[in-house]
Amino acid sequence: MRNILAIAQKEVKGYFNGPIGYIAVGVWALMYGWFFNALLQFFVRQSMQMGQFGQGPQAMNVNQQLIRPLIQNVTVLILFVMPSVTMRTYSEEKRSGTIELLLTSPLTDFEIIMGKFLGAMTLYAVMLAVTLIHIGVLFVYGSPEWKPIVTAYLGLFLLGGCFISVGLFISSLTKNQIVAGMVTFGVFLMLWVITWIGSFSGPTIDELTKYLSIIDHLDDFGKGVVDTTHLIYYVSFITFGLFLTAKAVDSERWRG
Amino acid sequence: MIEVQHLSKRYGRVNAVNDISFKVERGEILGFLGPNGAGKTTTMRILTGYMPATEGKAIVAGFDVFEQPIEAKRRTGYLPETPPLYPDTTVIDYLGFVARIKGVPAAERKQRIQQVMERTRIADMATRLCGKLSKGYRQRVGLAQAIIHNPDVLILDEPTAGLDPKQIIETRELIKELAGNHTIILSTHILPEVSQTCQRVVIINKGKVVAIDTPDNLTARLRGSETMYVQVDTSGADAAAALGQVPGVTRVAESERKEHYISYEVDSERGRDVRRDLSRTIVNSGWGLLELRPMRMSLEDIFLSLTTDETPTPAAGADAPAAEAAPGVEL
Repeated sequence: MRNILAIAQKEVKGYFNGPIGYIAVGVWALMYGWFFNALLQFFVRQSMQMGQFGQGPQAMNVNQQLIRPLIQNVTVLILFVMPSVTMRTYSEEKRSGTIELLLTSPLTDFEIIMGKFLGAMTLYAVMLAVTLIHIGVLFVYGSPEWKPIVTAYLGLFLLGGCFISVGLFISSLTKNQIVAGMVTFGVFLMLWVITWIGSFSGPTIDELTKYLSIIDHLDDFGKGVVDTTHLIYYVSFITFGLFLTAKAVDSERWRG
Repeated sequence: MIEVQHLSKRYGRVNAVNDISFKVERGEILGFLGPNGAGKTTTMRILTGYMPATEGKAIVAGFDVFEQPIEAKRRTGYLPETPPLYPDTTVIDYLGFVARIKGVPAAERKQRIQQVMERTRIADMATRLCGKLSKGYRQRVGLAQAIIHNPDVLILDEPTAGLDPKQIIETRELIKELAGNHTIILSTHILPEVSQTCQRVVIINKGKVVAIDTPDNLTARLRGSETMYVQVDTSGADAAAALGQVPGVTRVAESERKEHYISYEVDSERGRDVRRDLSRTIVNSGWGLLELRPMRMSLEDIFLSLTTDETPTPAAGADAPAAEAAPGVEL
């Protein structure tokens, strides 16, 4: 555990010693703010219209009509920002030769991988934490329910974990950061749009693609429901990504 | 301390390392010599547990590097060809991280970092970013990194590559200082380095060990006959015949003829010192003896003869390259 923490800490420092950490958090915060602002204005206009029809502003639910669509839109942001977070994790170590330091130190592969995963998750947690400011504003001027917000963020956190584990795996395959970034983005996008063929291809494929789609599982979290199906999906997805990373690192070692 | 038994490493069909065996005793400095691509780095990477071998066994500090990699790695310090530095990290932070993952207890870390920084003379660079360091400092930080956990075994891959002459001498001194407490393997393709720092040499070519010995023995072993360099002023006369008469001389060859002197290479029977007789003959003939010295085969020649000849026999090895025995000190 000590070793995992040492690696994780090094990773986090690595993000913020260079520009990547600041840029990732900055771009993320800016775009999140933009999304929030747009959806909030839309929400406000709608509630005013509802008020004119005499239904009163309470007919609109902040959780259902603002936070849930917000979370769904924000997943697009993760899609764009996450590859830049994960692409360097292994590639950079391989390119600069520091991987030799890690692999010849008394560390297990598991410790190195978990450390890197934890490091990226920490950065992602910082990103999510920044967005809580917006949610805070809602609490100041309105009265949203806090439970669906907590589950939504849990969902986002798990979703990010999936992206990170896959990104880590792809980064472990190449020395080239750009290649890692592009492939990661492609894979993320694929996991995203996988349901698009579903509706035309018969019920079995529809069901299958729905299950595989990384986004569909987030929906219930946004509603405030923590379904074990989705929980298991995300956790096993992350585990599988990390497992692949471990295999890639090990096979790299044998191939030299 | 280090024991390598029948180690082989294949990449696909290429045999990078082919059945290498050697031993290093505690406190010894072993030089690993070979042309580029001979398998030096591969062997070192196997010893440090960076990659597994295809066949064979390697025991470092009493632990098999394949069976108990963590224990073996705990006792090994490794400086790869390019020092493994994080460019955005300061030297002191970097050493802190390395100390941590190498298992230096938290209480000792600060002191240990201070010690190695003084030892490798990088204390004045403590707060610099690793990426901003000059090549020489990078190499030294790399060395500091390798010794931070006070390992029993130090494996250094071309520790002096890319340094300036002063730094090379400093680094060699440092390595010599480190021997005793540490058992050291260092690789190089610079020959004088080996004769200056190492007690024993492994010469490796195309993945195979061609010779293991002390630098002195290697030189002696390949010197089939003793060769003398003689420079005489005979005012034009040829001294070859007269020199050939000296007992023990087997061959005389003129190597250079200038206006004021002629130089000869005189081979003699092995183990027989003909210098006295040679000088007496020359002086008695009324010639001027300008220079008389033994021509030793430099490590460079040994190296060449071992790595280029198909079957390096001592006699064949000594003959050809000795003709141009200019001891090349690469500085």
